[in-house]
Amino acid sequence: MLNHYPLWKYLLIFLVIATSAFYALPNIYGEDPALQVAASARGVEVDSQTLNRVSKLFEREGVHYRNAKLSSTGLLFRFKNKDDQAKAKSLVEKELGDDYAVALNLATATPQWLLGMNAQPMYLGLDLRGGVYFLMQVDMEAAVIKSVNTFVSDSRTILRKAKIRYLGSKRVKNDVVLRFKTETLREQGLEILRRDMRDLAFNEKEDGKTFILQGRLSEAKLKELKLFALKQNITTLRKRIDEKFHGLVEPIIQQQGDDRIVVQLPGIQDTAGAKDILGATATLEYRAVDEEHTVEQALSGRVPAGSKIYYTRERQEGSRTIPSVPVLLKKRVIVTGEHVTNAQAGIDPDTGGAKVNVSLDGYGGKRMGAFTKESVGKRMAVVYLETKQETVKDAKGNTLRDENGKPVVKRHTTEEVISNAVIRGHFSNRFETTGLDSVQEANDLSLLLRAGALAAPVYISEERTIGPSLGQDNIDKGFMSVMIGFVTVLFFMAFWYRKFGMIANLALALNLVIIVAVLSLLQATLTLPGIAGIVLTVGMAVDANVLIFERIREELRNGNSPQNSIHSGYEKALMTIADANITTLIAAFVLFVVGTGAIKGFAVTLSIGIVTSMFTAIMVTRAVVNTLYGGKRIKDISI
Amino acid sequence: MQILTNTQIKFMTHRKIAMMLSAAFIVISIASLAVRGLQLGLDFTGGTLLEVAYPKAVDLKPIREQLHTNGFDDAIVQHFGATNEVLVRVAPKEGVSNADISTEIFDLLRAQNPEVDNRRVEFVGPQVGEELTETGGIAMLAALVCILIYVALRFEYRFALGSVAALAHDVIIVLGLFSVFGIEFDLTVLAAILAVIGYSLNDTIVVFDRIRENFRKIRKGDAIEVIDSSLNQTLSRTLITSLTTLLVLFALFIFGGELIHGFATALLAGVLVGTYSSVYVASSVLVSMGISKEDLAPVKKEGEQEEEVYEEV
Repeated sequence: MLNHYPLWKYLLIFLVIATSAFYALPNIYGEDPALQVAASARGVEVDSQTLNRVSKLFEREGVHYRNAKLSSTGLLFRFKNKDDQAKAKSLVEKELGDDYAVALNLATATPQWLLGMNAQPMYLGLDLRGGVYFLMQVDMEAAVIKSVNTFVSDSRTILRKAKIRYLGSKRVKNDVVLRFKTETLREQGLEILRRDMRDLAFNEKEDGKTFILQGRLSEAKLKELKLFALKQNITTLRKRIDEKFHGLVEPIIQQQGDDRIVVQLPGIQDTAGAKDILGATATLEYRAVDEEHTVEQALSGRVPAGSKIYYTRERQEGSRTIPSVPVLLKKRVIVTGEHVTNAQAGIDPDTGGAKVNVSLDGYGGKRMGAFTKESVGKRMAVVYLETKQETVKDAKGNTLRDENGKPVVKRHTTEEVISNAVIRGHFSNRFETTGLDSVQEANDLSLLLRAGALAAPVYISEERTIGPSLGQDNIDKGFMSVMIGFVTVLFFMAFWYRKFGMIANLALALNLVIIVAVLSLLQATLTLPGIAGIVLTVGMAVDANVLIFERIREELRNGNSPQNSIHSGYEKALMTIADANITTLIAAFVLFVVGTGAIKGFAVTLSIGIVTSMFTAIMVTRAVVNTLYGGKRIKDISI
Repeated sequence: MQILTNTQIKFMTHRKIAMMLSAAFIVISIASLAVRGLQLGLDFTGGTLLEVAYPKAVDLKPIREQLHTNGFDDAIVQHFGATNEVLVRVAPKEGVSNADISTEIFDLLRAQNPEVDNRRVEFVGPQVGEELTETGGIAMLAALVCILIYVALRFEYRFALGSVAALAHDVIIVLGLFSVFGIEFDLTVLAAILAVIGYSLNDTIVVFDRIRENFRKIRKGDAIEVIDSSLNQTLSRTLITSLTTLLVLFALFIFGGELIHGFATALLAGVLVGTYSSVYVASSVLVSMGISKEDLAPVKKEGEQEEEVYEEV
C-alpha cells in the first residue's frame, strides 16, 4: 500500500518528540536574579546564623526574596526582579562588611526534579550572560631560559661538590656552557655531569684557549618542560581566580593549542581586578642587600661585580607619593617565588602595620636557612618581577618578523623592590615579611605569593568583556529575531502550500524544540552567532519541504494520482535533499574545526539544525501526510 | 498558491549577458579589494574596542577631547546603534598595546561622567589577529576543496568545477560589496561568508541534481535545452527557498541588533547572489565545458527495466 508508515516509525517519531520536549522543558523556566554570599576572610564561616542574620535584615528593610539556600559554596538568595537584587546587594554588603564576598548572579529557576534527571537549560555563552573572556599566551621562551638558568647554577654546585675546578658556567641562548682549563678536567667534569644531569646532552668544543662543554636540553625534556609550564599556569590561574572571587564564579579554564590558555569568567564585571590577577605574571625573588658597597658608589658608575641596582616601587600613601629609591642588591637569588607554598596577610601586633606570613617548601627552606644563619642583622629584599610582552613594529607600522615568519616580540620586565627588611633571626621555611604600607597591599601580595609564582610568564593576548546589560539585550534581540523570522515563515508556508504548508510548519516548530533539546543535552555553549545559526536554520529547514512539495505539484501536473504524486514526490526529493544538506554540513564542519569561540557556536547550531531538520522535514511530515491521506481514495490534495 | 509553473525561460540563451554581468561585478570586486582592501575589524587587526552606554544621549565631542588629551590621540569615537551608546576604538601601537588600555580608557570616561556603563570590551593582540586572518583564509579554501571533492565524487568533475566557480563568484562579490561600501569585516562576517558557501552550494546542488536526472531521462534536445528545462523545473523551488531564507535574514537584520548587522548583511547579499549564481554561473560553466548526455548516461545493467521516459513539456 502506498503512503503507509510502519508502526515502528510512528513510535520512533513519538519517542524523539517526547524526549526532546522533556529536555527542552528546562529552558522555559528562565533564570532568577540571585545573590550569593561567601566567606572571604579566614576563620569566617557562612552558616545558618549568617542566613538568619541576612533574612532578618531583608525582613527589616522590606526586601522580598523568593527563597534562600545554604550550600557548601555559601548562601544563595533568589529574587523576583533585578531591583530587589540590587537593593539586597548593597544592604548585605553594608551589614556583613569585608569578611564576606557578595556577588550578583543568575540562578536557574528549573525545578529540582528536572535537574535531577540531567535536564538543564542551555548553557549561555559570555556574549549572552555577560562576563570576561581572556586568551592567555604562555611565554615558553622565558620558561626555557629560566630552566636553563637553573641548570647553570646546578652545574656549578655539582662541580664544586666534586671538587672539579672550572673556569666558568653560563647560559648562552638555550645552552649551558661550561669552560675548563685542561682537557682532563673537562673529562672529569663530563663524567660527573653526565651522571647527575641526565636531561642534558653534552658536546665538547674548544675555542683555542679553553676547553668547553656545551649542554643542551633534549627535545623530550623541552617538550615536557613546556607542557609543565602550561599545566602549572592553568592550575595557578584557577587557584588565583578562586582566591580572588571566593568561589563565586564558575571559571572555564582550558588549554588551547600548545602555549595558550582560555579563561572565561561568566558574570564578572570587575575586569580590572581580574586582569591584575591574570595578567600580572609576578615572580618574586628574595635577594640579599649588598651592604659592603653603597648605592651612591654604584650610581656613579662603579657597580660592584655580583650586584645590581634595583629601585623600590613608587607608592601612594593616602595623598602622599612615596618616591622610588635605588637599592643595591646581590645578583644571587636566595629563593624564588616558585618555592613559596603559602602566604597569609595579617597585622603585625608590634607595629600595627600590615604583614605577610610566608611559608616555603623544603628546598626553599633549606636555602633560606643556610642564608639567614650567617646574615642575622643584615638586610634582605624582595624583588617583584612583572613581565609583559608586545609585538615589535617597524617605522611603517608593519609587524617585524623573524626568519620563521613569527612576529618579533619584545619583553618588558619590570623589577621593583617591594620589601627591604632586616633579618631579625635565623629562620628557614617559616617567616614573615613586614613593612607593607596597607592591609590592601598585604592582601594583594599574599594572594600572589599564595597562588605560587608562575613557572613561565603569561600575558593576555585577547580580551572580550560583555556587560550584563548588553548580554540581556543580546538574548532579547536574538529571541525576537528567531520568533519574527519563524512566524513570517509560518505564514508564508501556510499561504503558499495550504494544508501541506501547515504540516511543514508543524515540522518547523518541532525542529526548533529538538534543536533546543539537543543544545541543552550537550550543554554546548549558545552564543549570539549561535542564535543567528538557529535563525538561518529556520529559513533553510523549510527548503526540504519546498523541494518535496514542488515535486508533488509537478507530479500532479503530469497527471499522476494524488497518492502516486505524494509517494514519488518524497522519493525523488530525498536524494536532492541529502546532497544539498551534506555539502552545507561540510561547510559547517570546516567552520567548527577552524573557528573559535563565537564562530564555533554558529557552526554547532547550524550543524544540529541541518541534521534535525532532515528528520522533521522528511520523516515527521511524511508521517503526518500518511496519517491524513495514506490508504484513502482521494481526488484532490491541498497543496 | 502557485506561480511560475511551466515556465519556459531560455536561461542559457542569455548566458552571455549574464556572464558579462558577473564578470563586471567580479572585476569591480577584485579591483576594490586590491585598491581599497577590506575594512578589517578588530578581530583581524588587533587593538582595543570599548562599547559604553550613558543614561541619556551624549555628545561625542567632549568624550573625544577627554581621550585625545589624555594620551589616546588616535582614539576613534563614534555612536553605536543609539545616541546614548558610544564606541571607542584604539589601534594597536607599540608600547601601549596591552590589555590595560581598556581599563585606562574606561577610567577616563568614568572620571568625566560617572554614570557611564561598560557594555563591551574587546582587546585583540596583534599576533592573535594575524593568526586569525591566516586561519580564516585557510578555512575558506578548505571548505571549497572539501566541497569540490564531494561534488566531483557524487556527480562529475565538470559539475564540481561549475559549483566551485559559482561559490568563488559569490564569495568574491560579497567580499567586493564589503570592500566597496567599506562595511566592517569581522569574525562574524567571515562565518556568514562560510554560511553563504553552504547556502549557495545547496542551491547549486539542487539544480545540478535535476540536470543530471534530466540528462538521463530526456532523449530529445541538446545539453542547453536539457539544462534550460531543469532550471525551469527547479525555478519555483529556488525562488521560494531564497524567499523564506531572506525573510528570516531580514528579521535578523532588523531585530538582531548592531552586533549581528555585518553578519546579516553578508548573508542577505550572499543569498541573493547565490540564487542568481546557481541559475546562471554554475550552469553556464557546465555548458561552456561542453557537458553532454553521454557524460552522465547511467551504465545499463542487463535485464534492468528502463525508467519511464518523460517527454519534455
